[in-house]
Amino acid sequence: MKKLINSPEAVVADSLRGVQAAHGDRLRVTFDPYTVVRADAPVQGKVGLVSGGGSGHEPLHGGFVGPGMLDAACPGEVFTSPTPDQMYEASKAVNGGAGVVHIVKNYTGDVLNFEMAADLARADGIEVETILTNDDVAVQDSLYTAGRRGVGVTVLVEKIAGAAAAEGKSLTEVAEIGRKVNANGRSMGLALTPCITPAAGEPSFELGEDEVEIGIGIHGEPGRFKEQVGPASQLTERLLHPIIEDLPFTSGDRVLAFVNGMGGTPLIELYVVYAEVARIAAEHGLTIERNLIGNYITSLEMQGASITLLKLDDELLHYWDAPVNTPALRWGA
Amino acid sequence: MSFDRDATLRWIDLFAQSIEAHRQELVALDTAIGDGDHGTNLNRGLQKALEKLQAAELDDPAAVLKTVAMTLISTVGGAAGPLYGTLFLELGKALAGQAEVDLPAYAAAWRAAVAGVQSRGKAEPGDKTMVDALLPAVQALEQAPDLNTGLRAAAEAAEQGMLGTTALLARKGRASYLGERSVGHQDPGATSTFYLFASAEQALRS
Repeated sequence: MKKLINSPEAVVADSLRGVQAAHGDRLRVTFDPYTVVRADAPVQGKVGLVSGGGSGHEPLHGGFVGPGMLDAACPGEVFTSPTPDQMYEASKAVNGGAGVVHIVKNYTGDVLNFEMAADLARADGIEVETILTNDDVAVQDSLYTAGRRGVGVTVLVEKIAGAAAAEGKSLTEVAEIGRKVNANGRSMGLALTPCITPAAGEPSFELGEDEVEIGIGIHGEPGRFKEQVGPASQLTERLLHPIIEDLPFTSGDRVLAFVNGMGGTPLIELYVVYAEVARIAAEHGLTIERNLIGNYITSLEMQGASITLLKLDDELLHYWDAPVNTPALRWGA
Repeated sequence: MSFDRDATLRWIDLFAQSIEAHRQELVALDTAIGDGDHGTNLNRGLQKALEKLQAAELDDPAAVLKTVAMTLISTVGGAAGPLYGTLFLELGKALAGQAEVDLPAYAAAWRAAVAGVQSRGKAEPGDKTMVDALLPAVQALEQAPDLNTGLRAAAEAAEQGMLGTTALLARKGRASYLGERSVGHQDPGATSTFYLFASAEQALRS
């Protein structure tokens, strides 16, 4: 294992020291417990947005803290959910009197730790609403499992709910808009290589030199199946067809198309994939009104990509286009 | 016989020793059907809890249990942190103000703890989780004539429950994504729960 780290135990703390050094003018980083908070928090009268999850998915979530998006992020150890004291402290730090929304990816650990944090915050008189993201269509039998995992749509929820909060929407309204994004978004990913967590030091699963794993999770969870790696046109269809069939997206729909890199895939390849997404969308009569292409919800150094489609209406489009100013996503501000 | 502050401290100490001794076993069980961190995370939390207990002045079982709960909640992470945290928190709440705990009070506290764990994790018996060891253990306690017999029966029931998870199909947690592939593996959470009761029985005897 070769990594640019000082020690496996110190990765998260060292990385947060980097965040503090780079963005200390607009972000407040705490180390006991780990939180990344808007420097001007709490914004009085505005609903506060808190998200969090295991580290290793950067820029999610800390890179999305700033005006128009999150008020705070709570990084756990690599691929390990954060603990309730983190979300509790973050919720207190961002509560400007209008309540706090927790954005939680659907993994058992994340859900349970956020629930405990919400209980603690409510005991302090802070109103809390939760938006659970579960957009991964690779999980088929969601009735008999812990349910679909939260993946790419989480970035879109954070942007759109963040814009709604910035425009002064109420706690209930912000939560409803976030849930609407989740309900209208679907994702699926693939891996060309596994990733290596610093603590484990070895790959999370095995993949042959000429194999691709279709339907991968963002922690190296197994996908739907393995197959021989084919051209990008074919691999893109493998991801996009289940997404389109699931919602379903139908001819005439307006969509946001999000091609996300898993960390180890160069942008040139993500654009190759995007060209195929545009072709397949056109074949299905979908109009891509907005797009997002890059590494936004990653899995350490994994090579691979995920695709997210979000069905748009005027309301979602309005909040997507609204100004945002965070280290990893910035426009109009 | 009753459970007092010293027995509670002995119990936590023995449980921590037991998890440390079985860390590799728990990691191996969790690697097969989960994400492989159960033994490591729980061990880290319990070692931290022992540090906290040594540093604090604690008057009764409830104070000990609350300290353990808060430490596990803030140091374990994953699903085990909130679940074991809730278990100790509910035990502590139910035993508040009691210096000496007799069997009826002790069994009632465990009933509250099971309810808390089930409410937090939404698991039913048969889902291949810690509940499959926890619930039969508590039922054994409730039916026992005295505390000694009760804890021995509880540890035995927890062990049977733990062994029984091997044949089950996981319906909760990360193992549930494996579907049929989860069958044939013993649940790591049920395993650590067996050690919890085995330690309790030992704490009362010693």
